[in-house]
Amino acid sequence: MSPESPALGPRGADRSVALCGVPLRGPVLNGSGTFDAIAARRAFGDALLERFPFDLFVSKTITLEPREGNPPPRLWETPAGLLNSIGLPNKGLEGFLATDLPQLAELPVPLCVSVMGFTRDELAELVERVDARDEVSLIELNVSCPNVETGLIMGADPDETARAVERLRRLCTKPLVVKLTPNAVAPGAVAAAAEGAGADAVSLVNTLKGMALHPRTRQPWLGGGSGGLSGPAIRAVALEQVAAVAGSVSIPVIGMGGIASGGDAAEFMAAGAAVIAVGTESFRDPAAGRRIGDELAGLADHGSGKHRTEGRAPAPDRGQGSGAHADPPS
Amino acid sequence: MTEARTLAPPERRLAEVLESRRVGAYTLITAADAGGPADPRPGQFYMLATGAQWGGGSTERPYLPRAFSFARARPRPGGGADLDFLLEDVGPGTHRLGLLGAGEPLALVGPLGAGFGPAAGDRQPVLVGGGIGTAPLLCLHDELIEVGAAPTVILGFRSGAHAEAVALFEREVTLSTDDGSAGRPGLVTEPLRERLEGGPPATVYACGPPPMLEAVRALCAEQAVPAQLALESGMACGFGACFGCVVPTREGYIRVCVDGPVVEGARLRSALVAGGGDQG
Ligand SMILES: Cc1cc2nc3c(=O)[nH]c(=O)nc-3n(C[C@H](O)[C@H](O)[C@H](O)COP(=O)(O)OP(=O)(O)OC[C@H]3O[C@@H](n4cnc5c(N)ncnc54)[C@H](O)[C@@H]3O)c2cc1C
Ligand SMILES: Cc1cc2nc3c(=O)[nH]c(=O)nc-3n(C[C@H](O)[C@H](O)[C@H](O)COP(=O)(O)O)c2cc1C
Ligand code: FES
Repeated sequence: MSPESPALGPRGADRSVALCGVPLRGPVLNGSGTFDAIAARRAFGDALLERFPFDLFVSKTITLEPREGNPPPRLWETPAGLLNSIGLPNKGLEGFLATDLPQLAELPVPLCVSVMGFTRDELAELVERVDARDEVSLIELNVSCPNVETGLIMGADPDETARAVERLRRLCTKPLVVKLTPNAVAPGAVAAAAEGAGADAVSLVNTLKGMALHPRTRQPWLGGGSGGLSGPAIRAVALEQVAAVAGSVSIPVIGMGGIASGGDAAEFMAAGAAVIAVGTESFRDPAAGRRIGDELAGLADHGSGKHRTEGRAPAPDRGQGSGAHADPPS
Repeated sequence: MTEARTLAPPERRLAEVLESRRVGAYTLITAADAGGPADPRPGQFYMLATGAQWGGGSTERPYLPRAFSFARARPRPGGGADLDFLLEDVGPGTHRLGLLGAGEPLALVGPLGAGFGPAAGDRQPVLVGGGIGTAPLLCLHDELIEVGAAPTVILGFRSGAHAEAVALFEREVTLSTDDGSAGRPGLVTEPLRERLEGGPPATVYACGPPPMLEAVRALCAEQAVPAQLALESGMACGFGACFGCVVPTREGYIRVCVDGPVVEGARLRSALVAGGGDQG
């Protein structure tokens, strides 16, 4: 599907960018799993399409087999954040291709499909089948899960990530984005391994591991035991990781983690993100993506915007060697 | 059930608080929502936050908006509706909303979800509410009276102070309280059983705490009476984005915010759903 002609900003500014050669009308994506465009259309009708909040739509992560997701409760509010244990409910590859994809193709923006596999063969099948569909512009690899063959979290280990990406790269004709987990020792090294194996972009951060206890029983509140933290509570961590990763790779970086305003988005771009994604803020306002894009364009009009969608920016001087990710002293 | 859903504008907007007053143990907020539809369906809800000072403070919460059924909606001459919300102060979000005064902004997204559907055939409507679950029954009661349906209203409250919400209803209400301080002592299921066994065929519309809803569901199943139950669950978004508000049904998990909050009792094995409870 061909994207709309680039949207014009409040002052007629052209906001269009290209991500891995895919033209976008602007730099605001959604974080995978934080916006269900099909459900939102039931609530908001076609007005959602006329005022679609994002410039590229990323699907919720799909798996080969259907998944029910974790038992409730799945949510816990933290100071300026949200802890979730959703557990990747989805219709599975067949259900997604048959039911969801045709509806997502009606969105006015290009589509990225997020996939997760528990073995390399599963991943290969997912990527091959999704790659064959014309409605899809990019594929994102969610590597925040264990490889059941090795027991390693794919995205926590550079070699594990490289081996997965190498094989998929050969199977896939579309740009391949690797979504990094912030729960790795060295996201910069994982990102560099992904780039070396042929990834076209990296996105980060996924949610940070966390847990909450029931206030009376002191047992884990979440049905899944532990969960993933998102929202402004993780913004500072995300910004540091985006800067570290941007210093380690020359492919585009998709930055996210607690972005709630155009000012936040501008910071992630200054740290080296080519484009940004909005997640939890959309829960507060379904139009948050559009507002943040407008605010960002307003800032760019004042000369503080800095975009890097295809090339390398100078590594931030972090005093620890370029791209190294070190834990703060504790 | 055909979907009882009025579409919402796809963005958060500000309404102006016109009035906030106490109704017994509850707070009734009226807000002028010029930017929304004039005709939300009874049983639909809005995600609310205060326009300023939502978050921060000693607890650093609330952060996310909170779900509230609208209790009444009156079309505004210039478009939109004046919306009534009945609130019970149970935590930081409801507490902050209760502090709103006239002239202050109320941020909202809605109306959301699927509301109550029309009664099946010539069955008579029986409305059953427990505590704050009374709220969505108010507009349903108004609508039924308007179409000449003469609803039976059975309400239960914790105490006499909570039971003052009964004054908001136009029709006579069968009232019970847990402590017997107003109406008859005991649970709503007792007068409900009397009505279902002794009266003409009924459709039950219910909203209330999970144990009450489950008792109503089980009774209706036993009596083969159709029941529409308005469920609650902890929510983050209210429009299907987060998959956080699921409850189990006979067909697997459903999202309360888009597939409910009103569901047919027959779809549930139990209304004692594990979707929430106060965070404390
Ligand atoms: C569809 C719907 C309609 C509602 N209508 C009304 C209404 O008309 N009037 C009214 O007073 N209240 C209503 N509620 C309940 C109201 O949303 C909660 O009382 C409110 O979210 C509590 O927030 P708090 O910060 O005050 O308390 P806290 O308990 O600290 O809330 C923090 C979080 O706890 C969870 N939580 C809180 N209450 C519940 C609950 N009942 N079930 C599951 N999780 C919960 C949520 O994740 C919430 O974000 C409704 C809820 C739903 C889902
Ligand atoms: C409820 C919820 C569900 C999520 N589901 C997914 C998912 O399916 N796949 C994925 O890659 N990331 C998922 N994420 C992570 C987000 O895409 C994003 O990386 C993270 O929330 C940080 O951004 P934010 O702080 O702006 O929300 C989810 C996050 C939340 C809050
Ligand atoms: S509250 Fe987010 S999906 Fe229902």
